[in-house]
Amino acid sequence: MNMIQAINSAMDVTMARDPAIVVMGEDVGYFGGVFRATAGLQKKYGKTRVFDTPITECGIIGVAVGMSAYGLRPVPEIQFADYIYPALDQLVSEAARLRYRSGGEFTAPLTVRSPFGGGIFGGQTHSQSPEGIFTHVSGVKTVIPSTPYDAKGLLIAAIEDNDPVIFFEPKRIYNGPFNGHWDRPAENWSKHPGGEVPTGYYKIPLGKANVVRAGEAVTMLAYGTMVHVCAQVVADTGVDAEIVDLRTLVPLDIATIEASVRKTGRCMIVHEATRTSGFGAELAALVQERCFYHLEAPVERVTGFDTPYPHSLEWAYFPGPVRIGQALKKILKD
Amino acid sequence: MGEEPGIVHPRGNLPPLSLHVPEPKFRPGDAVDFADVAIPPAGAARRPDTADAARDFTDLAYSMVRVLDENHQAVGAWNPRLSPDTLRRMLRHMATVRAFDERMFRAQRQGKTSFYMKSLGEEAVAVAAAHALDAEDMCFPSYRQQGLLIARGCPMVDMMNQIYSNTGDKLQGKQLPIMYSEKRFGFFSISGNLTTQYPQAVGWAMASASKSDTRIAATWCGEGSTAEGDFHSALTFATVYRAPVIFNVVNNQWAISSFSGFAGAEATTFAARAVGYGIAGLRVDGNDALAVYAATAWAAERARTNGGPTLIEHFTYRTEGHSTSDDPTQYRSAGEPNAWPLGDPIRRLKDHLVVIGEWDEARQADMDREVAEEVKAAQKEAEKNGVLGHGLRQPLDSLFDGVFEEMPWHLREQRQMMIDEETASGRPWDRK
Ligand SMILES: Cc1ncc(C[n+]2csc(CCOP(=O)(O)OP(=O)(O)O)c2C)c(N)n1
Repeated sequence: MNMIQAINSAMDVTMARDPAIVVMGEDVGYFGGVFRATAGLQKKYGKTRVFDTPITECGIIGVAVGMSAYGLRPVPEIQFADYIYPALDQLVSEAARLRYRSGGEFTAPLTVRSPFGGGIFGGQTHSQSPEGIFTHVSGVKTVIPSTPYDAKGLLIAAIEDNDPVIFFEPKRIYNGPFNGHWDRPAENWSKHPGGEVPTGYYKIPLGKANVVRAGEAVTMLAYGTMVHVCAQVVADTGVDAEIVDLRTLVPLDIATIEASVRKTGRCMIVHEATRTSGFGAELAALVQERCFYHLEAPVERVTGFDTPYPHSLEWAYFPGPVRIGQALKKILKD
Repeated sequence: MGEEPGIVHPRGNLPPLSLHVPEPKFRPGDAVDFADVAIPPAGAARRPDTADAARDFTDLAYSMVRVLDENHQAVGAWNPRLSPDTLRRMLRHMATVRAFDERMFRAQRQGKTSFYMKSLGEEAVAVAAAHALDAEDMCFPSYRQQGLLIARGCPMVDMMNQIYSNTGDKLQGKQLPIMYSEKRFGFFSISGNLTTQYPQAVGWAMASASKSDTRIAATWCGEGSTAEGDFHSALTFATVYRAPVIFNVVNNQWAISSFSGFAGAEATTFAARAVGYGIAGLRVDGNDALAVYAATAWAAERARTNGGPTLIEHFTYRTEGHSTSDDPTQYRSAGEPNAWPLGDPIRRLKDHLVVIGEWDEARQADMDREVAEEVKAAQKEAEKNGVLGHGLRQPLDSLFDGVFEEMPWHLREQRQMMIDEETASGRPWDRK
């Protein structure tokens, strides 16, 4: 399966088990979503459980919060993560705080799915990585898969979670893993172990990172598309790096991070989002607070730039093998 | 280079454009005359069948449904013909809200809590609606609908515990006073962000419809809040899916210091917002409990029979300040509340009951005394659990409860940090 099929399968499997789950969003019903992630679901579960919505993101999330209050488990799709901003107030002030402010009387067990990240020539309105905005908000969980296998297991866990979850799907690797060179197509998931996806039900718990590759020289913390780019750099350079795929940013698997950095003594963080106040800053602070006496070099951050996502210069923005390779060289110098 | 500001570029003989900035009719010191407020006679409005198409009665969005006439009789097609018992219950609930507001306002002035909001002069809006809805229908209120809770039988002690953020507050002091959450009384958790409840009510209503339930949802916002994007998203969703929901716009003329003109009232009515969406729109005399009841019952029947949403504008007046933090004499004429042409909702309902021979001044005086006693007793009871003004009442570590279903490690760490900090400070928490 590719990641889209895995995501589709996650919704399918959970919807079959729990009639409270509803899928909603722009174009998700009849057409099955612009990325086809919800294809076939309306046919199978009917129009009251899988339906198209008006183009109003604050309406979609606001309505989903109300549905949660009734007892449903909405899985709204925001067509691109760039369009989550109009819904921000409903997510930040409403969904995220509902449990807290109502003394647990009302909760918002909704899972907002949204394709994010660049590398598809989407320009500045189809490429952003807004995860840092949500990790900054108390009361929402943020999940980002890097393989079809993880995507399905994590999405099932997210849908069944009783807290609001933002589920960002790295659209660059929807169809296959990718080595970070703009002129090279993504591989097919069929050759990747993460592409082997059981058709049935399974869960990957939120808050558990995955050590994708064990190593001794340096810890590379990444998620989503960047896990694959890091793997390619490691393969190209032969550096014995440990790659940790965070999988969920909140809650974060701090134990795995700490153990890895203590072992390698070096830590590098790779994400595609803009640098300033990005999630990498949080990770760097955590590693510094917890592993300072084990560090042999300053924590290194490789990120996108503090600019809007450019269209024609997309690949200059994208943290690819060159930028990551140079950072690796730097961190391994001393 | 951009154009320099302040430079006029005349073109031909066109007069210069001018910007219209709305201004209320009366400011502090002005004499008030509401003669130009159009108030149609009671009983004049037609009452469409609840199954009629919204486009067939758009006139009702521009006029006003009124039931109680100048002689305190209930007249016309909208007369809900309620039993004297129901009328007396409504009267009592409205009087209770007023007494409750009065005492809690004073409690705030006495430093027992931080904040309070009254609904003086608009008690009919929430109380009459609560009587017209089924107890199981779900309400998504704003902050001035305490009447829903009173009418649905929420113990006043519980409401006061919330206002005092005391040990009896089941919200653990996490919310601003009056931001109740009362699921048992079909009352959704109030948000301080205006109008966010609007699409949430639609979502609840859609869920109810999709589950073949029979319950409907109702929501309230102020006229100023209709300018928020959520309002328009909600109306779009509601019309698209024909959601069984009632939208209430409480037009009490003022949004803090901004008069209704800043939400568009100079150009049209708020009920007319419904017209563009193909939603049923009714404009009612919000100080006429019978009109509010009748409109709500009509909208509820429409919703319950899959006729879809209704938007009701309640034309009323906010007699008091916006909240305990507000001083309305700074921005509006002190004469406005008394000059308001639709009168006082409690007095109007009382006069009606008197005229039909079901009530008298002595019973009214007794009732006022009784509800005052009830409120006083509830206050005494609630204050046994403490008041906000006498120190913070919640256990320190409850601060971290309820962010997530299960507390993740970083919150557990932060909680420990706070406890250590407090222990080291040597200050007893309950004295702060
Ligand atoms: C999103 C948002 N913006 C601004 C405010 C601040 N605010 C609180 S009440 C209020 C006025 C609301 O007026 P209206 O909707 O007419 O209701 P009323 O208070 O008259 O009942 C404002 C501006 C807020 N709470 N939320």
